[in-house]
Amino acid sequence: METIIQASYMVAAVLFILGLKQMSSPVTARRGIVWAGAGMVLATLVTFMVPEIIDSDQAITNIALIVIAIVIGGGYAWYSGKNVAMTDMPQMIAMYNGMGGGAAAAIAAVEILKARTEASHDLTGSTSISDILGPDVAILGILGAIIGTISFSGSIIAWAKLDGRLNRSKLLPKQHLVNAVLAIITVGFAASIYFSADLNTIIIFYALALVLGVFITVPVGGADMPVIISLFNALTGLAVGFEGYVLGNAAMIIAGIVVGSAGSLLTQLMAVAMNRSVANVFFAGVGTDAAAATGDGSEGVMKEIQAQDAGILMSFASQVVIIPGYGMAVAQAQHKIWELTQLLTEKGVTVKFAIHPVAGRMPGHMNVLLAEAGVPYDMIYDMEDVNADFKNTTVALVIGANDVVNPSAKNDTSSPLYGMPILDAIEADNVIVIKRGRGAGFSGVENPLFFADNTKMLFGDGQKAASELIQAVKEL
Amino acid sequence: MIEGLAAIYIFMLAGFTGYEIISKVPVILHTPLMSGSNFVHGIVLVGAMFALGIAESTTEQVIGFLAVLLGAGNAVGGYVVTERMLEMFKPSKKETDGEGA
Repeated sequence: METIIQASYMVAAVLFILGLKQMSSPVTARRGIVWAGAGMVLATLVTFMVPEIIDSDQAITNIALIVIAIVIGGGYAWYSGKNVAMTDMPQMIAMYNGMGGGAAAAIAAVEILKARTEASHDLTGSTSISDILGPDVAILGILGAIIGTISFSGSIIAWAKLDGRLNRSKLLPKQHLVNAVLAIITVGFAASIYFSADLNTIIIFYALALVLGVFITVPVGGADMPVIISLFNALTGLAVGFEGYVLGNAAMIIAGIVVGSAGSLLTQLMAVAMNRSVANVFFAGVGTDAAAATGDGSEGVMKEIQAQDAGILMSFASQVVIIPGYGMAVAQAQHKIWELTQLLTEKGVTVKFAIHPVAGRMPGHMNVLLAEAGVPYDMIYDMEDVNADFKNTTVALVIGANDVVNPSAKNDTSSPLYGMPILDAIEADNVIVIKRGRGAGFSGVENPLFFADNTKMLFGDGQKAASELIQAVKEL
Repeated sequence: MIEGLAAIYIFMLAGFTGYEIISKVPVILHTPLMSGSNFVHGIVLVGAMFALGIAESTTEQVIGFLAVLLGAGNAVGGYVVTERMLEMFKPSKKETDGEGA
């Protein structure tokens, strides 16, 4: 039986890796998640046959509890996952990720409590957690507990912030100093769990780690949230891998560490795409330094254009490149934009979608939103592929995007965006910007593109403006 | 039980594997992939089942129950949202609304 169980866990681990591998191409991606899902079902079913569980004193109660918990937890997640809007996907992922971190931390708690019970049989009171578990298991178990707990509370804060339930970015004065001190104290308590078996120490340790997760996440700016979610995703993976070691479960170790390293790389890629270092994300809010650096007099006149004229301009263009931003998704304009794209294509215009790596709330989020509207993925181009093409573009249509087309990222060293790779919309013959109002973007930085000679502003709500454009193109 | 050096090898190789998988992924799939890897660490459910399965005291059962609850949420939620996102990726040539899988 033991062999079958271990073999099944191995098969599950292989299915996870193959599944993730297949997700690296849009053609096979769907199959990838199905494979990984099969691995998960296999691993879950086989766990019901683990001898330690079947032979435990309270086998029937415990197995019943397991089933109930799976039905409740899984049922809730199934329902919420099926019903969440595509625009709200990032916070939902944060939520599920936090649950995983919490689960890892709870596993560690059970293991620590078990070791404590065992240690308490020694009446001299000198037996510590590490004596019972062994140093390696104790260290990795406690590390997994810290990481999992921080990921749990931090992800919940990330969810609340992205969901608009929490808007403050400051809890205490000198937050970063407080965080550093708190982190040191938490590690101190972690160490004393290792060397003792005191219940209060364990409780305080978990409480501190929970607070630390909250404190770390609250100051992080909205624009940096994807980096944090990705980081917590990697951290949860790590915590799962560590707890897998504690339990001697190969599937957990492999899956957890694979996610840990893949997630770390993904975090790094995102941070680079946003021109931020991971450390920077934690220790500075972009909003604060941006506010100081604006007012650099990128004053000028914005030239307005009416939908009628914009429609004509695009109908007779040879190539139109559409640059969507999160604002488009908020306005729910993606379906209209796709309709517009189809009309233009019928008129013989080449239409491309240009996606900045951080368009939307996460890298790739915009692709999901466009896919939902029905835009085929081979019309969608990454920044590197499309940038050289702007020179041959008649109209660049910017809708709901701002910072990702801000030329000061290239030529203004004083700009907080300086160094961030951008889409060179300004190189196109004409730039039409659909924008709700005249204000600055998500990061609060002024955008010289809006004042450029070849730029015309189409003010209005994204969906309404797109409808007007469709009307204008149809009437021709 | 996996111990000592063997464990270090597994940690190392799994680390490389994760790195390799991600480094070849196009940006358009980053969100589904983050979501997919989020699903994969839902394997924590198995550990949670184990922790609750061998629980002896009520406290252990309560914490274990919580662990399974959260783990199941991670696994099921991760699967559902990833699948929903990937289902939408379709190429231009309108295939007969293919099932994909």
